[in-house]
Formats: sequence, structure tokens, C-alpha cells
Amino acid sequence: MVQHYSWSRKLFVVFNYTFLAVLSLISILPLINVFSVSLSSAAAVEAGKVTLWPVDFSWKAYEFVAKKHEFLVSMGISVERVLLGVSLNMLLTVLTAYPLSKEAANLKFRTGYAWFFVFTMLFSGGLIPSYMVVRNLHLLDSIWALVLPGALPIFNVILMLNFFRGLPKELSESAFIDGAGHWQTLWRIIIPLSMPSIATVTLFAIVSHWNEWFNGLIYMNDPIHYPLASYLQTIVVRMDMSSISDPAMLLLLSKLNDRSVRAAQIFLGMVPVLCVYPFLQRYFMSGMTLGSVKE
Amino acid sequence: MSRRNWRLEWPLHLMLVPGILIVLLFSYGPMFGIVIAFENFIPVKGIFHSQWVGLEHFKYIYHLSETREVLRNTVFIAFLKIIGGLIAPLVTALLLNEIVKKIFKRTIQTIIYMPHFISWVIMAGILLDVLSPTSGIVNQFIAWLGFEKVFFLGNDKWFPYVLVVTDVLKEFGFGTVVYLAAITAVNPSLYEAAVLDGANRWKQTLNVTIPAIIPITILLTTLALGNVLNAGFDQVFNLYNPSVYSTGDILDTYVYRIGLASAQYGVATAVGLFKSVISLVLISLSYFLAYRFANYRIF
Repeated sequence: MVQHYSWSRKLFVVFNYTFLAVLSLISILPLINVFSVSLSSAAAVEAGKVTLWPVDFSWKAYEFVAKKHEFLVSMGISVERVLLGVSLNMLLTVLTAYPLSKEAANLKFRTGYAWFFVFTMLFSGGLIPSYMVVRNLHLLDSIWALVLPGALPIFNVILMLNFFRGLPKELSESAFIDGAGHWQTLWRIIIPLSMPSIATVTLFAIVSHWNEWFNGLIYMNDPIHYPLASYLQTIVVRMDMSSISDPAMLLLLSKLNDRSVRAAQIFLGMVPVLCVYPFLQRYFMSGMTLGSVKE
Repeated sequence: MSRRNWRLEWPLHLMLVPGILIVLLFSYGPMFGIVIAFENFIPVKGIFHSQWVGLEHFKYIYHLSETREVLRNTVFIAFLKIIGGLIAPLVTALLLNEIVKKIFKRTIQTIIYMPHFISWVIMAGILLDVLSPTSGIVNQFIAWLGFEKVFFLGNDKWFPYVLVVTDVLKEFGFGTVVYLAAITAVNPSLYEAAVLDGANRWKQTLNVTIPAIIPITILLTTLALGNVLNAGFDQVFNLYNPSVYSTGDILDTYVYRIGLASAQYGVATAVGLFKSVISLVLISLSYFLAYRFANYRIF
């Protein structure tokens, strides 16, 4: 079909493309700028020559970070935290969402259970009492302080239970007729059918564990136990360089521009999120509309 | 309940046990710790043996001019964020909807949605760099245009607006995707009917698209209003410094500073409790309104 646009329509279309292109550039340019700074030589960065591409290309900042003991240790802790935390999240999310997805007629106290969980989204004890609980359980300075308090994300439970509810009831009913119990139905029927939503929630859990920095900051007394996000908070945001004590490293640092070093660490801290982002985006639409729209 | 039912049902109850334990310990446990707000809490003595002071901390907070300033900042920043977070995604979604080229639309969506998944620590690192008054790219640009450089994160007049703008820039892509989903759900026959009636694209947007997304807009705004005391701890904590406390300090960062940083546990818990209670009322109210008028249910 050939469409004839009026001149005002053409003007609008040109404006619209330009505007949206500029808008997306504004959201991405700071990232590109920092990436360029991380890959430029100290002299170029100091002279303020770096804008949107690396000037006088140099890997030095990354070489420095790769030798930095604290950075590598905290990265290891973050990986451990993601593996442990996400498995725990998913296990508990599925186990909690499945019973709650049943009708009140099939699960006694269903409404009571549901409110028990949802109330924690509406009200919380606050910072100090939460800290005291973790302290009294002697979890300070342990990886469990990072994974146990948030082991059951209620928001994810709601996403999952709405998805479970959307599955055809006949499937689990026929499983029951064939003699399967709830455990078997969950494991053999429900979980295999829910892979898209499980994938979505898993990706959410990975990103939130990788990004979470505040727990690490308050529950770890010794900075050597910091996950990467908390470590970056001290280095990049508070610009605390006191953790570097090795004279060889200090000498190395003096030859670099600390802006480049910070930029390199910022970028490395972002890499895992950038890696899972394409998948997240693909699953997002199916995952997100689950919890929001109801008949 | 008959015995037969129970035999079928008990695995369901068993499945809930681990989740209940976690929530009991880490969500309800701290709720009992709220008594700290009424005590002269000393960690060594513990909750049960610290001196009971009643409403002393609340009186102290009430008379502190700092509290009012913090409350004012919180509401001001949160309110502007709600407005910005409403308009920016709505306009972007409507504009994106007019784009015919699929690849262009998809690329823009991918780019603007990404910052939502980047943590505020990383974002703050980036912003501290690009907004720096000496070497930042933004100020280089401002200087190139011939204006005077601005110390965005060190000037208390600019700071709240920097918070709002950066928050909107980080999150508007997320909102855009939600609104676009609502727009694509509009029944195509409505547009066909509008075309038959002689409506051009502008009239179609005005009379079909906008009315179609008003319900979701009202719903999201109502839910957002419940968060008017949440001005964004992660963002403020990572961007602020003492020179902008007067306009940038919010309830959550205030609790952190007086609580964990200067060890006034009782006072900090009292401020936190004040915030939690008001938030509970506001969020319940917003959910109730959403339920009443949009038939929205969370579970």
C-alpha cells in the first residue's frame, strides 16, 4: 500500500526519529565515555581528550585490576554468592509459590498464608532491627548473611504463583488420577511446563544478587569478605584507596590515571549484567505481564 | 476438614515450611526488634535489659529541625520522581509506537531499558565521573557551549534535581516497556474503525491509544504514590556528600547515618519505625484504591 503523508506528518516522523535517537544516546553515552576512559592512556585521560572512543589505546588499567588481590577475592565472593543465593531463591520460590497457587478449597489457610507473606512487602522492621537479627544469629562476616535474609523474594513468588495458576488445571488433575502426589506433580508436570517463567525469575535473582551491595557493606565487618558490589562501593564511590598497601601495587598505580582504574573496575562490575541482559529482555515480556494483568 | 483431604493436602503445607521459617526469622524477627525504638538500647545489654524510655526518642526527633528537613527532602524528591517517572515513559512509549521501522524501535527499546538492570553503585561510579566539575564530559560540554561549569553533586541547589533527572533516565526505559505492552494489547479493529471515520494518526493516538492506556497509567501512579517516603536509598547514599545534606538527605540515609554510623540505635529505629508506619498506611491505601477502581489484586 502506498501511503501519502501530509507535510506535517513527515515533519513529525523526522522529529520523532531524531528525538528518540538522541534520547537513547543520552542513556548510553555515559557508559561509552567511561568505557573509553578505561581504555585510554593516563596522559590522554589527564589532558581531557577522551570523549566517546579510547584515545592512545591502553590495557594498563585492566592489567592493574587483574593483579589487584582484593578485587579478585571480592569477585570470587560475588560468584559464590550468586550460585548459592540464586539456587536458594529458586528452591524456596517454587516451593512457596506452588501451594499458594492452589485454590482456597484445596489448601486450608491459603488466605492466611498469602497474607503472612505479603505483609512483609508492606511493612518491615527497618534497618537497625534487621541488623540486630543477623548479628544475634552470629551470621556477621559469613556468606550466609548475604543469602539468608533475602532467601525468599516475595515479589518473585507472586510472579511464579500467577504463572502456575495460568497452567491448565486438567494437567495436574490427570496426574492426580494417575496416582501422583503433589511432589511428583510439581516436579514432573508443573516445573517442566514453567521453564520460561522460571528462567525469567532466575535471571532476576542473578542480577539482584550480583548488584546487591548494601548487605555486604553492613554485615561484613572485615572488607576482605565484601562481595564485588560492596567492594566497588568503597573504591569507586567513596574512593577509598587505603586498602592498597602493597608497595609494588602503589608504584604501579602511580603510573596510571586513577580515573581509568576506577572506570575499568566499573566496567568489569557491569559485565555479568550486560551478559545476561539480552536473555532477560527476551523473557521479560512474558515474565512481567504475568503478575500484572488479570482477568 | 475430612481426613482424606488432609492426607492429600499435607505435602502442600510441608512445602511452605522452609519459606515460612525464613520469613519468620528475617522479616518478622526484625519487627519485634522495633521495641528498640522505645529503649535506650545498648547492644551489650540486649533488647531485654536495656533501659525503657517510652516515647522519649520520638519527642527528641519531633523537636529536631533536622528531621523536618529530611522529611521535606524525602517527599520533595520522591514526588518529583513519581511525576517524572510517569510522564517520561508515557511520552516515550507513545513516540515509539509511531515508529514503523521494527529494527529501530527494537534497538531504542533495548538501549533505554538496559540501565534499569545496572546497580546504583555502578551508576554512581559513572555519574561521579561524567558529572565531575573538572574532568567530567558533561561539564566539558557545558564549557564548550560557553557556559559556566556546574558542580552538580556538590551544589545543594542542583543536587535534588540531579537525583530526579538521573533516576528518570535510569528507569524510564522500564516504564516505557510496560506502557508499550499495554499499547500493543489494544484491539486493532478500534484503529480500523477510526480510519474509516477519517481519523489521521494524530487523531488515532488521541482517541484510541491514549484512552486505552489510561487505566494502566492510573494504576501505576496509584501504586507509586504509596512509595512517597521512598526517595531511593541506593541512589542517594551513593551520590551524596556532606555539602548536599541540607537538600539531599532522605529518611533512609538519615537512619543509616544516625544508626549504624553514629550508633544511636534507639533514635534511628524510631525514625525507621515512623517511616515504616506511614508507608504501611500509604501503601495499603494505594493498593486499596487500585483494587477498588482498577480491580487490581496482587495475588
